[in-house]
Amino acid sequence: MSYKNVIQTIHKKFPEAIVNECENKGQREISLAKNRFYETMRVLQENTDLPYDLLIDILGIDYTPRTPRFDLVYILLSTKDFSRLIVRLKAEEGEEIPSVSSIWHSADWAEREVYDLMGIPFSDHPDLKRILTWKNFEGHPLRKDFPLEGKDFDKPFDPETIEDYT
Amino acid sequence: MAESKKMYLNMGPHHPATHGVLRIELELDGETIVNATPRIGYLHRGIEKLAENRNYQQIIPLTDRLDYASASANNMGYCVTVENLMGTEVPKRAQYLRVIMAELARIMGHHLWIGTHALDIGAMSVVFYAFRDREMIMDINEEIAGYRLTPTFFRIGGVAHDATPKFIQMVRDFVKWFPKGLDGYHKLLTENKIWTTRTMDIGTISAEEAVNYGFTGPSLRGSGVAYDLRKAFPYSSYDDFDFQIPVGDKGDVYDRYLVRMEEFSQSLKIIDQAIENLPEGPVNVDNPWISNPDLDEVQKDISALIRRFMIHVKGPVAPEAEVYQAVEGAKGELGFYLVGDGSEHPYRLKIRSPCFYLASALPRLMVGHMVADAIAIIGSIDVVLGEIDR
Repeated sequence: MSYKNVIQTIHKKFPEAIVNECENKGQREISLAKNRFYETMRVLQENTDLPYDLLIDILGIDYTPRTPRFDLVYILLSTKDFSRLIVRLKAEEGEEIPSVSSIWHSADWAEREVYDLMGIPFSDHPDLKRILTWKNFEGHPLRKDFPLEGKDFDKPFDPETIEDYT
Repeated sequence: MAESKKMYLNMGPHHPATHGVLRIELELDGETIVNATPRIGYLHRGIEKLAENRNYQQIIPLTDRLDYASASANNMGYCVTVENLMGTEVPKRAQYLRVIMAELARIMGHHLWIGTHALDIGAMSVVFYAFRDREMIMDINEEIAGYRLTPTFFRIGGVAHDATPKFIQMVRDFVKWFPKGLDGYHKLLTENKIWTTRTMDIGTISAEEAVNYGFTGPSLRGSGVAYDLRKAFPYSSYDDFDFQIPVGDKGDVYDRYLVRMEEFSQSLKIIDQAIENLPEGPVNVDNPWISNPDLDEVQKDISALIRRFMIHVKGPVAPEAEVYQAVEGAKGELGFYLVGDGSEHPYRLKIRSPCFYLASALPRLMVGHMVADAIAIIGSIDVVLGEIDR
């Protein structure tokens, strides 16, 4: 019941926010539109019916050569009844997505990882920089056009060339 | 008036108390931490990228190397996800064997935690007792899988082979013996004055904040949220077993310690029930596209030989679908988001690592405490860098 209430609240506040709503292998899933994305996520976290207070993970999926190129998937969990919700958002290449790190603190590093490995930038992120690779690393490893063996595997490795954040 | 100056201390990546290659830049005022910046990525092996280029069976050994302290629990997460994607049901006996292996791995991970955590704080002797008991589980792993630390005993659709009578006897012996060992840890630490002084009211985090920082597993339960995937989303027959979820209330280092100590006995309870009620039957799903034929069969039957060859060369094929499945790893919610594209490789495999989020909260836990407490805090959230960096 309460899940329906949440969806209704969003429908009432932002009529065009939810593009699609479905169930995939018993998992609730909604697709959101880009405008009003941040506000909708805030409603999902702050509502009193079923607050999705735990952001489990954020991931990007590269569907090249499709446009928009990326799918961003947010996995949310409510500690009220331990139910999951998957939120999906489509993203163009190079397009900035509003950061949700001011809603869930766990989004801070999760977004940095998506930025680092998938190359999706986030706007209003407090500290958006690479997290697993280093500062002058070229490319984004999890994109489909990034070769498995890396870009300069045939050159000798020189640690002196690595710059890192200070 | 004396002038106060900030000092910067670089901790790690080669520091024994960081449990791997975690580097933390500490900003100190005297001995108090005013700011902490964790730096990760020293152990990044690109497991997610590698997984996109291997077939489904070949990824299982990679998952062993995520949280190498409790390898079978990672195998469980990955195999359950792939089976969910393919829509196969694993036989009951295999599910029970998996539960035994995963719970033994959880105990093994907690052994490493209690040993190193106590060693970091200065209780030297605990590590010897913990590793003595951990050795017994390593021997069990060796008996059933051949490997000690990373058994890779799981397969898509079941387990590698049936349990031997010796394995069952060894598990029974361990279940019988381990309560005594656990009692020893309690005697050494739980009411030890030095231990309680070092751990109580250190690194306290409230339930709301822990949830907001993405805590899961024993660290979240230490703050009082009874979220355990074995109860919330039962997988692999966990609803057959009777066990409790221990929770703390304050959310400090000591509470997280008590929760993990209780998890030892709850895991032991599950293993005891699983080994005593081990059902009869096959240990692999009866699906020629997924499971390996028996070696006996291979020697007599040419079609079984071809099938075995094809399973190993090509591997099982997953449908075009997406699935998120998570299990309770030793450190928290270990999730796998798997996108299949109708081929024998995953299109995308995202590993939700619990330690990644636990490490991101280190500044929040450390600020305001002394340098020596930083060590206690890292130990209490039990990070394993293989899982953070993937």
